[in-house]
Amino acid sequence: MSASATAGNMPAPKAKVGSMEKQRRMALWASYIALTFFVIIFLIPPFYMIITSLKTSAEISAQAGNPWIVQNPTFDNYWELMTNAAFQRYFINSVWVTAVTVTLSMTIAILAAFSLSRMGFKGSQVLSTGVFLTYLVPPSLLFIPLFQILGWLGLINSTWALVLLFPTLAVPFCTWIMIGYFSSIPKELDEAALIDGASYPQILIQIFIPVALPGIIAATIFAFTVAWGAFLYPLAYLYSADQATLTVGIVRELIKGDVFAWGMIMAACAMAAAPPIIIYTFLMDYYIAGLTAGATKG
Amino acid sequence: MANVSIRKVVKAYEGDVQAVKGIDLEIIDHEFVVLVGPSGCGKSTTLRMIAGLEEITAGEIWIGGDVVNDVPPRDRDIAMVFQNYALYPHMSVFDNMAFGLKLRKFPKEEIKRRVDEAATMLDIQMLLDRKPKALSGGQRQRVAMGRAVVRNPKVFLFDEPLSNLDAKLRVQMRTEIKKLHQLVPTTTVYVTHDQIEAMTLADRVVVMNHGVIEQVGAPQELYHHPATRFVAGFIGSPAMNFLPCQVVDDGGLKVQLADGTKMAIPAARVDRYGPYKGKKMTLGIRPEHMTETHDSEKPGVQIMNAKVDVVEPMGMETLVHHFVDGVAVCSRIDPNVHTGPGEILPLAIDMNNMHLIEDATNRVV
Amino acid sequence: MADGSTMVVGAPAATSPGPRQAGSMKQLARRRSLAALALCSPLILLIVCLKIYPTFYAVFLSMLDRKMNNFVGFDNFAFMISRPSFQLVIFQSVLFAVTAVILKAFLGFVLAHLMHNIRGRNERVWRGLLLVPWVIPLSLSTLTWWWLFDPSYSAFNWTLNMLGFEDIAFLGTVWNARLSVIAVNVWFGAPFFMIMYLAALKSVPEQLYEAASIDGATAVQRLFFITIPMMRNIILITVLYSLIVTFADFDIVRILTNGGPQDGTHLFATYAFVVGIQSGNIPRGATVSLFMFPILAALAFFVLRDVMKRNKEMA
Ligand SMILES: Nc1ncnc2c1ncn2[C@@H]1O[C@H](COP(=O)(O)OP(=O)(O)OP(=O)(O)O)[C@@H](O)[C@H]1O
Ligand SMILES: [Mg+2]
Repeated sequence: MSASATAGNMPAPKAKVGSMEKQRRMALWASYIALTFFVIIFLIPPFYMIITSLKTSAEISAQAGNPWIVQNPTFDNYWELMTNAAFQRYFINSVWVTAVTVTLSMTIAILAAFSLSRMGFKGSQVLSTGVFLTYLVPPSLLFIPLFQILGWLGLINSTWALVLLFPTLAVPFCTWIMIGYFSSIPKELDEAALIDGASYPQILIQIFIPVALPGIIAATIFAFTVAWGAFLYPLAYLYSADQATLTVGIVRELIKGDVFAWGMIMAACAMAAAPPIIIYTFLMDYYIAGLTAGATKG
Repeated sequence: MANVSIRKVVKAYEGDVQAVKGIDLEIIDHEFVVLVGPSGCGKSTTLRMIAGLEEITAGEIWIGGDVVNDVPPRDRDIAMVFQNYALYPHMSVFDNMAFGLKLRKFPKEEIKRRVDEAATMLDIQMLLDRKPKALSGGQRQRVAMGRAVVRNPKVFLFDEPLSNLDAKLRVQMRTEIKKLHQLVPTTTVYVTHDQIEAMTLADRVVVMNHGVIEQVGAPQELYHHPATRFVAGFIGSPAMNFLPCQVVDDGGLKVQLADGTKMAIPAARVDRYGPYKGKKMTLGIRPEHMTETHDSEKPGVQIMNAKVDVVEPMGMETLVHHFVDGVAVCSRIDPNVHTGPGEILPLAIDMNNMHLIEDATNRVV
Repeated sequence: MADGSTMVVGAPAATSPGPRQAGSMKQLARRRSLAALALCSPLILLIVCLKIYPTFYAVFLSMLDRKMNNFVGFDNFAFMISRPSFQLVIFQSVLFAVTAVILKAFLGFVLAHLMHNIRGRNERVWRGLLLVPWVIPLSLSTLTWWWLFDPSYSAFNWTLNMLGFEDIAFLGTVWNARLSVIAVNVWFGAPFFMIMYLAALKSVPEQLYEAASIDGATAVQRLFFITIPMMRNIILITVLYSLIVTFADFDIVRILTNGGPQDGTHLFATYAFVVGIQSGNIPRGATVSLFMFPILAALAFFVLRDVMKRNKEMA
């Protein structure tokens, strides 16, 4: 290590550089191998989901040969589902509940975040904290009192119940994300707009929303994820098949019948998982940035 | 184009912080006024009250003959340039400059004409399609100025517009701002903490400290005739040296330092300083008035031997730090004079440029 | 420094011309905060009606008898806690949450480091692949796991047989089922830890590592003296947050075991569902859910304290 060693023999440090390089390359390869291992483990269920979805019930029940491969791949399960009125119903229910939830949640969150980060009123600090706290209240804590409340409102077994309840799951975190993004917009920007002649609504629509677009994308994805994947509320409050969303429809309705409908069940899972996967494929970076922005600050 | 007048304006933040403590200032049409002062003295607050971004706690602000206290910023017909430029990041340069006009529903052709004109003036025509992110600091600064110019407002407000630029660009942009004002002589209020910027740009400089105005005057006037100890110390770089002293009559009026050194007061000032005999005073003398000795000295020049502590060659001049009567003092000498730490250097003190500050009031007498 | 005070017109004198303005300015400020409040009102309404009110209503419900006619105080709580089956729920919930979170945190930490090692080289693709478990709706992937664990068609058991091992009843015995439930939760949650930790790793300035290397720190020392202290905050907050979510988990147990075998895998949420919704005993169901409350509140308190501290540091 000491400098005196280098005085006599020049090649020594060179060899050291070479070994460091080698070490680094080894570490890189080790990382790749380990990552490959984890990716394989992680992808077993989705892989098996797709494999099974391509099998016929006959092939599944025969139990002949390797279950990890398909002998006679077929899209029949997918076709059948697509023409199945019940499945179409679940899909439509999920789509409309999710669309309304996202719109509602984002509207509430953006308005509140704008107010909390820019306008302020007595107690706005308390409200911000309160919003964060409610984010920490899990759905499984309140589903029983909510069951009673929905009963009074006559919303049991109606997808409207979900439209009412899903925002409670999405809004707190969406507001939290949006407050973060809005606060990072320099104060001078709205002041410049104010001087340029913009009103508060104009500042929100023409400056804040476009500038905080990455945050809006992140929050929208969050709201989407919550609404699309929710299981407890639809399971608890929607008991008839025609009101079911995808998750409940698949888990509760499809499983009932023939045991050998697994091909179809897995096809349904794959189709229901496709929208989030597509969205994440394109917008993952925004979502991750939004999730981690608050956490890594400071 | 308009006058701006600030009358007994007070700004108090909650928690009883008085950022501005009742200031008066008349700014006449076409004038370029610079507010200067140390950090936290209330410059920005004053500017932002003119802009309408801060409410005025008490007093009145007039722009062009109207009280604007309750007028929102957009109706005050002012434009502001911010330190961090505050360009809309999602809009092109053109849209940034056009935004205010669009909101005011100007016709498309008029907007285009004005933006092009301003862009030509500021030499940013080729940047009009770019987003702010793709601009250099100086270019952003120009766009921010362009955004102000296109509106053709009654008043320009600048809040430390150059402090985010590197030293070289700052000097260049300073000149550009001056040129711009010559081209478009709009009433301008300009905030900076850099006194050189203040001196070079201003028609009149307003020196603020702790929420009050210390002095208003032309740059040269502030330099030669500071009204208070604060202004005397703030204007000029390196700062004026202050030495505690007394005025004594010892066969002619003299200032006597604490260690007993006496220096004659020039005849022209005897009447002025006579009344302060015996009071606690401070002698103020600028480094440029403490120089190396020449063969022939003017009347009113005192010679003093200084033991050099630190030498700082600056190129066109050399700063010498030494102690007088235990107080650290800086002098400015010819770079050709050779000296080094520990050496004795005879210095000529030009008492014709001395200032005398009364300690009780901190005013220059 | 009171110099220049002669130029100051004192504030009291200055206020004399402006009582009218002061009034109207206050009005303006009031109008603005009213508008601000109005923008927040949907949020407030939502939180008050559908979060705060139900919480209190749950407390009220938990104090009623089965027919919901009579007020019984804390009898339901006392009854529940005396029941061995519910004690098992408490045990299983704690075991599940703590084990799963520790494993997720550890796996996430390892994955984040691996990702950090290959930074820049197709990082997006690798990250995308690792995030797949987290992206698929949990109920659907759990269903797939169930299919993988299926007693007669398990693909895992087929593979085990191929390798010469016996079948495993993944969901057949209490402890196997518990481990399976934890495994699925770890599979689902580890990617979240990975992205949080990866973000934290990226925010550690490279110079710190360089400085440490120059000071002669080994890789292990760098991990313990730089990486972990710098990530401390994010590790903590992610763990706390995940504890809350895992503790309150519903989907996995509901679909995989529905509490079985022998009620050995019930969590608070699934047990409350069975008691409250399926058996229709609303007060008891509310009671079961409310048992989560003190634990969640304590965890939330720590998260909040951390968040507030950071907000203060940022300001
Ligand atoms: N929103 C606020 N609430 C409370 N005090 C404030 C607020 N804004 C400014 N102040 C205080 O008012 C005083 C004047 O602030 P101001 O921004 O005008 O200073 P400045 O002269 O512009 O300084 P700088 O050169 O640093 O920009 C400061 O002491 C500051 O702490
Ligand atoms: Mg300022």
